[in-house]
Amino acid sequence: MDDILEILANDARVTPHEIAKMTRRKAADIKKAIKKYEDDGTIIKYKAVLDLDKTRGQSSFVRALIEVNITPQKDVGFDNVAERIYSFTEVTSCYLVSGAYDLLVIVEGANIHTVSNFVASKLSSMEGVQRTSTHFLLKKYKEDGQILKKVNSRKRLAISY
Amino acid sequence: MKIAKRVEQLAPSGIRAFFDLVLGMKDVISLGVGEPDFITPWQIREKAISSLEKGYTSYTSNKGMPELRREINTFLGQRYGLSYDYNEEILITVGVSEGLDLAFRAILNPGDKVLIHDPCYVSYAPVVTLAGGEAVMIKTDLSTGFKLTPKVIEAYCTKGVKALMINYPCNPTGTSYTKKELQAIAQIVHKHDLIVISDEVYDELTYDFDHTPFASLKGMKERTIYLNGFSKAYAMTGFRLGWAAGPAEIIAGMTKIHQYTMLCASITAQMAALEALKTGFKDIAIMKREYHRRRNYIVGALNDLGLPCHMPQGAFYVFPSIKKTGMKSMDFAKGLLQSQKVALVPGSAFGENLDDFIRISYASSYDNLKEAIARIKEYLKENRHGKKTKR
Repeated sequence: MDDILEILANDARVTPHEIAKMTRRKAADIKKAIKKYEDDGTIIKYKAVLDLDKTRGQSSFVRALIEVNITPQKDVGFDNVAERIYSFTEVTSCYLVSGAYDLLVIVEGANIHTVSNFVASKLSSMEGVQRTSTHFLLKKYKEDGQILKKVNSRKRLAISY
Repeated sequence: MKIAKRVEQLAPSGIRAFFDLVLGMKDVISLGVGEPDFITPWQIREKAISSLEKGYTSYTSNKGMPELRREINTFLGQRYGLSYDYNEEILITVGVSEGLDLAFRAILNPGDKVLIHDPCYVSYAPVVTLAGGEAVMIKTDLSTGFKLTPKVIEAYCTKGVKALMINYPCNPTGTSYTKKELQAIAQIVHKHDLIVISDEVYDELTYDFDHTPFASLKGMKERTIYLNGFSKAYAMTGFRLGWAAGPAEIIAGMTKIHQYTMLCASITAQMAALEALKTGFKDIAIMKREYHRRRNYIVGALNDLGLPCHMPQGAFYVFPSIKKTGMKSMDFAKGLLQSQKVALVPGSAFGENLDDFIRISYASSYDNLKEAIARIKEYLKENRHGKKTKR
């Protein structure tokens, strides 16, 4: 992966000027490269990674992983049904997977009822959907490579040879 | 009660008081740390834990576990095309520090001289002295990026010089050598029939070219004591594990001392090291990329601040000059600590003649480095006014 992408993927706040220093390139070139990545969709967007457990007081929500079995359609396979599903704003992620079911759909809602309602009224009744199995998420330990528990700071000496 | 003369005569560490000052202060941003800021990769820690669970708590062979010696040899073969007899030519030590002590004690007769580049890691000269030898320091400076050159080494090759101590990438300067530069040094080594003690513990952290072990140079394996360890590459400083590879005769001598003084390295650390060699390469790559970027950033930032700094080729240290500030390195470090809560190591810790320098370790998060640079900038501003009145 390009250095620029790796740096930004780890911390999107690093400025082009700083990236230029880290990679010993010109800031103008870095800006140009970033613009190109933004334009061609390599960089989709910049956002903060939140520990949503900590935002509970502000807005509670629940998350569920839903296994969905669907009937593939001629020519388009799973894509049409998948599109109908992922277009709902409640769906935060949607993956086609191998194995006992076809789509893994991640849904978020304000509470258990909104999610259940979504599954009952929107998802399971959709044409092409044969069966769903919903797992409510109880606790998050690690997400996107990030361990969510705040680890105690290490006991490294502040100064040593 | 009197302590031994040779101990009494070791240079007292004036730096100790400063270190205590740093350790007693809270919320300090530290650029003074000589170890990685990464934690030992989990699979290595997990291996250590599970070895304890399985009851591996005994002594090992004096030389270290045969499996570990064999794995080190395999690694050296794959990585550098080097091949040792792992039964006779490799010894597992308690860190490179023990390896150094053993090496000097094994080869030095009273009064034998050892050439050492200056600046260098703090233990080299004292360990030579304790082994009954005489440390001869070869001064290097910013103009050559603190590199030893064949010409300079040769000028020091007088009667009684038995060995050359070299450390690359170097703590505190980050200086390293290309294969070509090392070959030129090797010629002098050969000409003057020297033994080379090569501390290459930072070898995996070489950024601008491939690292070349001194022992891999033509004709050098039979006269090199090759020291390395797990501390820096695998972030395993606390495990205290290193190794020495060299001619069977010397390794046998070192093993004799080791078996009477240390017996063997910790079995837990050896188990962990075995895992590190097998699976640690991915983690090294990630750490190295990160350090590489930080190095570029910090060197650029320090030069922008007007503190001239050469581009070090390896390790995680930069060694900028503070001559312009007109301050002595200890005063600079103390002032910076007190006014801005940034800790670093004054150059004087590495020798009296290095008072115009400071050692900055970039084994600290990027956010910390950025904040530290901002604080150093502030500190330099404060002192620009003070300087005129002082001098």
